[in-house]
Amino acid sequence: MAVGLDKVKPEAITEERQLIVDGMDISGHWNRMFEQRVIWDYDTSQLDRVTDLPGGESLAWCYGCAKCTGVCPVDIVGDYSPRKIHRKTQMGIDLFESPDLWLCTTCRNCLRVCPKEVDMIQIMPAVREQAVLAGSVPAELQKAFEDTAKHGNPLGQPQRKRADWIKKAGAPVPVLKDVKRPVDLLWYVGSYPSYHPRGIDAAAAAARIFHALGVDYGILGIEEKDDGDSQRLAGEKGLFEMLAEANIAAFEKYTWNRMVVTGPHEFNAFKNEYPKLGFVRPIVHYTRLLVEYLDRLRPMLTKPLNLKVTFHDPCYLGRHNGEYDAPRQLLRAIPGVELVEMGRCRENGYCCGGGGGGMWLDSFTKAHTTMRLSERRVREAVEYGADVLAVCCPFEVSRFEDAAKSTGHDRLIVRDILELLDQALEGQP
Amino acid sequence: MILAVAIKQVPNLTDDLEISADGTGLDYDALTYVLNEFDEQALEEAVLVKEAAGGSVTVVGIDTTGELDGALHTALAKGADRAMKVTGDFDRDLGSEGQAQLLAEAIRPLAADLLLTGVQAADDRDGQIGPRLAALLGWPYVGVVTHVTPEPGCVRVHKEYAGGLLAEFVVTLPAVIGVQASHQPPRYAPVSKIRQIAKTAQIESVAGQGTPASSSSVRRMFKPEAAGQAEMWAGEPEEVAGKIATLLTAKGLLKL
Ligand code: SF4
Ligand code: SF4
Repeated sequence: MAVGLDKVKPEAITEERQLIVDGMDISGHWNRMFEQRVIWDYDTSQLDRVTDLPGGESLAWCYGCAKCTGVCPVDIVGDYSPRKIHRKTQMGIDLFESPDLWLCTTCRNCLRVCPKEVDMIQIMPAVREQAVLAGSVPAELQKAFEDTAKHGNPLGQPQRKRADWIKKAGAPVPVLKDVKRPVDLLWYVGSYPSYHPRGIDAAAAAARIFHALGVDYGILGIEEKDDGDSQRLAGEKGLFEMLAEANIAAFEKYTWNRMVVTGPHEFNAFKNEYPKLGFVRPIVHYTRLLVEYLDRLRPMLTKPLNLKVTFHDPCYLGRHNGEYDAPRQLLRAIPGVELVEMGRCRENGYCCGGGGGGMWLDSFTKAHTTMRLSERRVREAVEYGADVLAVCCPFEVSRFEDAAKSTGHDRLIVRDILELLDQALEGQP
Repeated sequence: MILAVAIKQVPNLTDDLEISADGTGLDYDALTYVLNEFDEQALEEAVLVKEAAGGSVTVVGIDTTGELDGALHTALAKGADRAMKVTGDFDRDLGSEGQAQLLAEAIRPLAADLLLTGVQAADDRDGQIGPRLAALLGWPYVGVVTHVTPEPGCVRVHKEYAGGLLAEFVVTLPAVIGVQASHQPPRYAPVSKIRQIAKTAQIESVAGQGTPASSSSVRRMFKPEAAGQAEMWAGEPEEVAGKIATLLTAKGLLKL
């Protein structure tokens, strides 16, 4: 115990000009001593630029505890977290011009653990919007913005073909423009389920399941546009507003009780963002809707799949909206499915990398990380011995299938829960 | 350098096009409009010239659709300094001849050094607006241009020819350039920026003088008609060759 030790004042130190100990010359000289720098010694102008923006304020609240670094999915494949962003910005790095600006997927895991509520879901879009206005946007993201602005979907597919997938549905799909009567459910299909080949597989499966259950629904068809929320999170707020106005006008043209949504991003948009524009209606994700129908659905699931299945929680269904159970209830209802949980699941679920614009920043993110987030996740699924990686977000199927190929785990099957249910449904080939 | 860019909107080709009831044009109520993609290139080249040489860019269009404001706001978001529209009671399918007359009247007072426009447009495909504007203004014209470099008193341009040939011209100013492609891909105008500009920007309106007459009219517009059909012959080469020879002889294309 250091009791009664006097602090040595520098002036009180006797300095030997030359000192020889045991025949060895250990002479030295004082040069400088440093104290810890206090926070107001920093030039905070770069940090101020962020915290002055509406939405950017909370970056200033970080006190460096590093809880976020432990859970940030980007840090696991790179060098990233709110704490690191805060520190770098405090040291004078320009976040508006840094690649760091585009790596956050807005997965919300940091906000879950942060004692100071430093909120990247607000900070990132605020700073990115300024970068977008200044024209410094990664090219692939800009392409997605352009395609969305021109065609109403980030895949750059023609608007008039948005309902073409229903020809492949194998079940009737009512389009509201034609049914001309109120429906119970408006089904917002979404861009990837409408156009992407693997998304169409899930949409078609949903159509068959809805048909088998006798769900009273209709889709908007060519009147539907992308929800725009991921573009907003990537910094294109104006594009989001433009799409939201068009979608809300289309939603309000028809009479329906509830909206069922295929994708968690769109679900989140209609539930949490569109209300800010005056659109407040009951919204349900398809997993929760089908759980409501489970008593009728279960007896129809007669074909055992005999597969070991693990489930990837979508950030925008789980952490953003607190839904962890519905997808699992559906998977457990399928005969022959053994559900295994990965280490990173539920509240601490890993991120596929597709959120917050990450869907359209694949090469960019790849260039600034050691591997894609989807590749990290696929490896985890394999470590847990899964045959099938089950998902319920239309962004994920193609991401994980590509990742399974690029990591050499081709045997891992990636399926939307809709596809698995459809496969187990009686009367399906 | 004072730059002007003449733009127009054309039907969005990602929509289904319908023929109007009288069969002489499109059903204009059933379509949406986009900026002519060649005009988009012309605008980009103009902004690039401005960035290199200084000056200003004025965008001018004829509001045949009632929706030109959106295209003008986008142009301002991409770097144009002024936006003008010619208003009046115009047909939606106002041809190149009429467009050029109205545009020339609107552009003359600008005292521009260089006028750029798309070399052609998807609606009429006649490539006439540029040359007609040049004739009306009495300025030289170079079309199918892919690069404009400003120099004192003139511009150096690259013009594309068929077969991959490229020519370099020095054009004295004022001049009209028909742009095939800008030398950098057109920049993206964030919708956020367009919406900001739409709230504050001033679009200057010029009343078009009368309804210009057109010296040509469309007698019939129709979708391509399928002509005949293909028949596939399978079998041994000699056998198929024999069939081909017989058919060609029967059609009088081959004398045996
Ligand atoms: S958890 Fe919050 S306070 Fe702690 S380092 Fe991260 S951002 Fe800062
Ligand atoms: S939101 Fe997710 S990706 Fe972004 S910093 Fe937080 S933990 Fe990392």
